[in-house]
Amino acid sequence: MCGIIGVVDRDRKGMSGASIKQALSMMNERGSGEGAGYVAYGAFPDYADYYALHIFFDNIRETKPKVEDIIERWGTIVHDEQIPTYEQPGIRKVHIPWRYFFRPDPLLMPRSTTPEEDIVTHLVMQVNSSVKGALIFSSGKNIAVFKASGWPEEVADFYRIQDYKGYIWLGHNRYPTNTPGWWGGAHPFNLLNWSVVHNGEITSYGTNRRYIESYGYQCTMFTDTEVVAYLIDLLVRRHLLPIPLAVRALAPPFWDEIDRMPEVEQQLNRAIRLTYGAALMNGPFAIVIANQDGIVGFTDRIKLRPLVAGECGARLYISSEEAAIRRIEPDIPRIFMPRAGEPVIGRVAS
Amino acid sequence: MSNRWGLEEMQRVSIDAAGIHYTDLNREIKRAFAAGAREITLTNVLGQRFIADGLRGDVSLIIRGVPGGDLGMFMSGPTCTVYGNSDHASGNTMDAGTIIIHGSSGDAVAHSMRGGSIYVRDNVGYRAGIHMKQYEEKCPVLVVGGSARAFLGEYMAGGLIILLRRGEDGPFSERGIGSGIHGGEIVVRGEISPECLGVGAKVAPASSEDIGRIRPYLERYRAVFGEDSVIQLDGPYTRVTPSSSRPFANKYVWE
Amino acid sequence: MSIGSVPLRYLITMDIDRCMRCGRCIENCPYGVFRREGEQIRVNSRPCTACHRCISQCPRDAISLEERPVDYRSHPVWTTEVREAIYNQARSGKIILAGMGNALPYPIIFDRLVLDACQVTNPSIDPLREPMELRTYLGKKPSRLRFRETPGGDIELATEIAPNLQLETPIMIGHMSYGAISLNAQLSLARAAHETGTFMGTGEGGLHEHLYPYQDRMIVQVASGRFGVDINYLDRGAAIEIKIGQGAKPGIGGHLPGEKVCADVSCTRMIPLGSDAISPAPHHDIYSIEDLKQLVRGLKEATEWKKLVFVKIAAVHNTAAIAAGIARSSADAVVVDGFRGGTGAAPRVFRDHVGIPIEAAIASVDAKLRQQGIRNEVSVIASGGIRESADIAKVIALGADAVYIGTASLVAMGCRVCGACYRGLCPWGIATQREDLVARLDPDEASVQVANLIKAWTLELSELMGAAGINSIESLRGNRDRLRGYLLDDGILKVLDVKPVGA
Repeated sequence: MCGIIGVVDRDRKGMSGASIKQALSMMNERGSGEGAGYVAYGAFPDYADYYALHIFFDNIRETKPKVEDIIERWGTIVHDEQIPTYEQPGIRKVHIPWRYFFRPDPLLMPRSTTPEEDIVTHLVMQVNSSVKGALIFSSGKNIAVFKASGWPEEVADFYRIQDYKGYIWLGHNRYPTNTPGWWGGAHPFNLLNWSVVHNGEITSYGTNRRYIESYGYQCTMFTDTEVVAYLIDLLVRRHLLPIPLAVRALAPPFWDEIDRMPEVEQQLNRAIRLTYGAALMNGPFAIVIANQDGIVGFTDRIKLRPLVAGECGARLYISSEEAAIRRIEPDIPRIFMPRAGEPVIGRVAS
Repeated sequence: MSNRWGLEEMQRVSIDAAGIHYTDLNREIKRAFAAGAREITLTNVLGQRFIADGLRGDVSLIIRGVPGGDLGMFMSGPTCTVYGNSDHASGNTMDAGTIIIHGSSGDAVAHSMRGGSIYVRDNVGYRAGIHMKQYEEKCPVLVVGGSARAFLGEYMAGGLIILLRRGEDGPFSERGIGSGIHGGEIVVRGEISPECLGVGAKVAPASSEDIGRIRPYLERYRAVFGEDSVIQLDGPYTRVTPSSSRPFANKYVWE
Repeated sequence: MSIGSVPLRYLITMDIDRCMRCGRCIENCPYGVFRREGEQIRVNSRPCTACHRCISQCPRDAISLEERPVDYRSHPVWTTEVREAIYNQARSGKIILAGMGNALPYPIIFDRLVLDACQVTNPSIDPLREPMELRTYLGKKPSRLRFRETPGGDIELATEIAPNLQLETPIMIGHMSYGAISLNAQLSLARAAHETGTFMGTGEGGLHEHLYPYQDRMIVQVASGRFGVDINYLDRGAAIEIKIGQGAKPGIGGHLPGEKVCADVSCTRMIPLGSDAISPAPHHDIYSIEDLKQLVRGLKEATEWKKLVFVKIAAVHNTAAIAAGIARSSADAVVVDGFRGGTGAAPRVFRDHVGIPIEAAIASVDAKLRQQGIRNEVSVIASGGIRESADIAKVIALGADAVYIGTASLVAMGCRVCGACYRGLCPWGIATQREDLVARLDPDEASVQVANLIKAWTLELSELMGAAGINSIESLRGNRDRLRGYLLDDGILKVLDVKPVGA
């Protein structure tokens, strides 16, 4: 189920949302019209230094003041606005999407080495687990998330994503089984600067969730994908693993492969599996993860879900299907299929 | 191996234990022993546990200061001489060798000791010699010059405890002496208050044969601690032994 | 018959037409049920323990056995067992000792838990064709890894990994001492552990020299009696296990009666021939949790921190908190022994009434360790009442890293769970030291049987995992989402952190 696509421009050139919409809609056979979503990095150049908290409100009158009260306890709201939407025949607007540009006060998290990020994480966990009728669905800097229940084109038009520019875009076309129709269940899932789109089902979810919860994350979205965002946040931001090693922890080599490696590599891989066994993701999946520095795509260890990648100049594409990439770049010079568990990484030039 | 200890000239080395963790201290001891040292003096010992834990071989440790718990645990062969008191469970499950304490020792000294000997110049705490046991030629001996607290030789399954009670008169009256004893013997100078005898233990005056048997240990005690540790060799001594080698046999019935 | 005598427990009958009077039953029964009278074989059923040895050896299937041929008046409260215990104690005035594990009909939680399987949204994995990893590492794992850059610009591991035991299956053989079981039984188990890439426990009876060839696969136990414990013993084992308690009799010690302490047992235990081997509860050097830490460290110090130290506790009410304390003690694994664990002999009142089931204990231990962020500090080993591969899958899903099997491995060698281990006359050569009986157990044959059982269960585990779309055991561990409770009450579901069926 589901179709995914991601693109990065390694020169940080902005791309409008128009082409990602077309690409994603190439994969409508993979969806059911009950959920789609996009994320754009670099979407808010005017507020680039503030955390862009995206919130679905069920009720503006009752819930919004409650949430704002919580947010303002942790810092300053620099600007806020209703996220502009445009009526579409296929979309019933069940939530009011709002965005806040927020500056956390680092003095409020004195013992942390990353106080701002910890405050934002805490805010997300607190609001999502305790305030009924509000869901923070994105919380990164300079990052816009657009999602709703509908077909990819409808969701794109509902938010007019062609009006936004991003140097990274991810898109997701959903075929839900668990929470159809719930906007919160649509991808991408975001926490801080991490966004995840995911095709598949994580059979190790119960193990992964309990592991991540012991580090203070709270899974509130009733879906396995959310846990990927938290795992990546834990491994990369908090444990400082380089991305390739973080991916190795999530989709490690098999023991028999490790046994055949040279000594030093063996030690490294054994250490990863011993330490992060509970982070190993099992079951069929293809995932694209983004942060402000780039995108990474990978599949489960036995390649139960499809994933292709393509390169065209500064742009790297990762998608469930080649057609989606060729919809944007018909003459793309290089298309390749990554090995199971091996990450495809597109890093923006620093 | 480095010769920082000057081993070419002599087999003696000294290690300053001030502020050293016991793991590092034991590593140093083993390293010195491997390099040929046969007498290792540890100075400024203060609370380090597990000194000589699992140490094998013919080596003498002179310990100045107060070692922490489990001195000589699982030790097999060495001699540890402590100039000071020692903490709890010295000689825990010790296999062979000697521990000499020029002072007193804490609770459960000689716990589960199965061989070798321990000489304590002064007093020991509660449960000294608990569950000592013997097998064939291995017979552990605990000699205490001063007094002992309650539950002396509790659960004893073998070996010998000698309690000399220097400077004490009157009957020995700490409760639970030899409670659950099912092997070995406890010899106490003086009488034992009858109400202090533990479950499963029986008591009798020591015979001259018994005294003859413990005499070598008394002489060694005197040799080790010097003339000022003069002890009264002549009785009366009391001997505590198991009333049965199956103390619990009568407690149970099969289904 | 005097007051207090009880009706026959088992009735043996011989089919005279089938019997060929070969006398194998007479030779095989150490309890004296059979005797020859002229041409006939006579039967006295009273000493029968239902060990089935005669039945298994009869070439003509001429022997049959009936349990409880004489009924008491049935009564739901005054059961047969209760009445007979009273007769026994009224006669003796003593504590009743009994064999094997808990014999009360408590509901078994394992049997009220069902496993998951994939349908459509994710594919099952066929372990015959696709990789399936059951390899398990036991021991301390770091909570995170640190890396450093080499001068050459490569990334290298900066975190030191503590020694771990590598198992090719999460099934280990639990501690049954030499003394409690025969040397042939221990040898068979050791060979099976070697053959299947797993480990077995020595129990607290020391390590017989015939087991030295398998010492790399042995976990040597240190119990309060310290039998057979010296520095060589500690050095030989692959790991050391401190036995604090046992699921069959939490809170009390062990006791090997003098009649089982033969020459060889006395040598291995390092105690005199024929003397009682008493392992009291508690360890005399452990009266508190910091004392446990001291013993753990004492053992590590003695073995230069090369050996893993496990700590085994009986599953009791406060097990989770105790396990958390153990996790902080430098120990590498905590073994939790549930109240269905077996034993050669335990006071009946303890065996049947003290402790808690392993399922609940493991669930709460795993949860507590995660809550406190110390799950990686220790491995969790479940033992006591593991009867089949499904139990293993379920207990791992509840949070265990591996299991110990005990009774099941004996059953694989022929044990019929007759529960008369304490008699020392085990007709299968398992729980006995009598030479002629021990000789009945052929290690060549029995080791294959035990290895077969472990292999079969490992295969079944692979299939169960594959059906659940999981190809690595660490993804089953603590994965309670793949369990559902069937007719379990809300309270226990909460403890297990498992949803009810249909939810």
